[in-house]
Amino acid sequence: MEKVLGSEAVKRGMAQMQKGGVIMDVINAEQAKIAEASGAVAVMALERVPSDIRAAGGVARMADPRIVDEVMNAVSIPVMAKARIGHIVEARVLEAMGVDYIDESEVLTPADEEFHLLKSDYTVPFVCGCRDLGEAARRIGEGASMLRTKGEPGTGNIVEAVRHIRKVNAQVRKVIRMNDDELMTEAKNLGAPYEVLKQIKEEGKLPVVNFAAGGVATPADAALMMELGADGVFVGSGIFKSDNPEKFANAIVQATTYHNDYELIGKLSKELGTAMKGIEISKLTADDRMQDRGW
Amino acid sequence: MRNDELTIGILGLQGAISEHLNHIKSLGAKGVIIKKPVQLEDIDGLILPGGESTTMRKLIDRYGFLEPLKNFSKLGKPIFGTCAGMVLVAKEITDSTESHLHLMDVRVKRNAFGRQRDSFEAYLDIKGLKDPFHAVFIRAPYIDSANKNVEILATFDDHIVAARQNHLLVSAFHPELTEDNRFLELFVHMVKNQKAASIY
Repeated sequence: MEKVLGSEAVKRGMAQMQKGGVIMDVINAEQAKIAEASGAVAVMALERVPSDIRAAGGVARMADPRIVDEVMNAVSIPVMAKARIGHIVEARVLEAMGVDYIDESEVLTPADEEFHLLKSDYTVPFVCGCRDLGEAARRIGEGASMLRTKGEPGTGNIVEAVRHIRKVNAQVRKVIRMNDDELMTEAKNLGAPYEVLKQIKEEGKLPVVNFAAGGVATPADAALMMELGADGVFVGSGIFKSDNPEKFANAIVQATTYHNDYELIGKLSKELGTAMKGIEISKLTADDRMQDRGW
Repeated sequence: MRNDELTIGILGLQGAISEHLNHIKSLGAKGVIIKKPVQLEDIDGLILPGGESTTMRKLIDRYGFLEPLKNFSKLGKPIFGTCAGMVLVAKEITDSTESHLHLMDVRVKRNAFGRQRDSFEAYLDIKGLKDPFHAVFIRAPYIDSANKNVEILATFDDHIVAARQNHLLVSAFHPELTEDNRFLELFVHMVKNQKAASIY
């Protein structure tokens, strides 16, 4: 019997298995174990969490492969890692190391200011950020198997992630209601591949899973994103920059599963201590806005 | 008994839940997402969906599902474990001293085919299905040993990837990820037979 590796079904399916879950940023084996014990569905292995990347400045690159290895050896849940936008070799290195998913991420400094990776070329699946349906559809066109909102990473401020998920979902709803003869003009206006819009209209939804990311700091933030239609949640700095990472991790997982059990979320939020310190988006300079990276 | 008289639950903690729901509906049965243990009382069969087995186990413990799930099985009501669900129902896990629901006389090896880059699709011959079945394997487990009372339904590369024992059905692959609902139909038959037998 013939075995087909790295097909669309296998890559998109992997993301479908993550639905309803929380994916946590970790920088070492110890954090990865805390994340796994809290019920995370995957971890993102990084050298620095986004808020520290902001603080450090300079060029942010793929993590040291030693850290990725350490995390892969520490847990049995899937391990993701970030490559710079358009950095073909970082992506190939992570693929060769056997990471389960690559995030072509605006959190790192882009390597190419014109072109994203041709993700359909790889066996490993990719997740990419998006702010609207045009961006989402272009990434799908390039072969992304999973999407996430960009939000504004490392700020602990949910406002941008809310803006992005609302926008994408409103635009998806619009496409679903459109007549066939209106789709091409919509594709032109959004800068979206026509075929992807056609598929959205036919299936009545995005063809890939869409998670929330970029600013989730509390259990209520995670639940909010689920209520707005996210399939799951990435938490970057929100856990290990809080007062009590274990408690935050547990509470965010529970709030994601039971996002409409408000009594429970209230109870979870009571015993938490202080969340990461947030940043007001208008205080960021144009250079500091990670969401504007990628095109 | 007709399919629309059957209510099938899907453990709704995490994973590919809506995909199973669509399959159940396509067969004319009623599907319910199970978020609280008390909901188990109102269903005729249960699907443990694909997802992350480590995560699901943590959530099963945290939300008090462990004993209710074992009791559900004691009633003889059918349970279908897909991928992570197969890991959950096994009596033994390879290279581990722990098992989860401890229901089926099999030893299951987690991520047995490898990491995500080794995930694959293939056409399988499955006992009880006439034509080959398009099977999607994602970081999939397999059964590396089974008791004699376990009926083997499919193998891939000599590894057991689908099996049945009394009211328990398992698959290492994800029937919910394709349009083909024939494998789920096997489960719906089990649910129907069990329900009919319990009534008459």
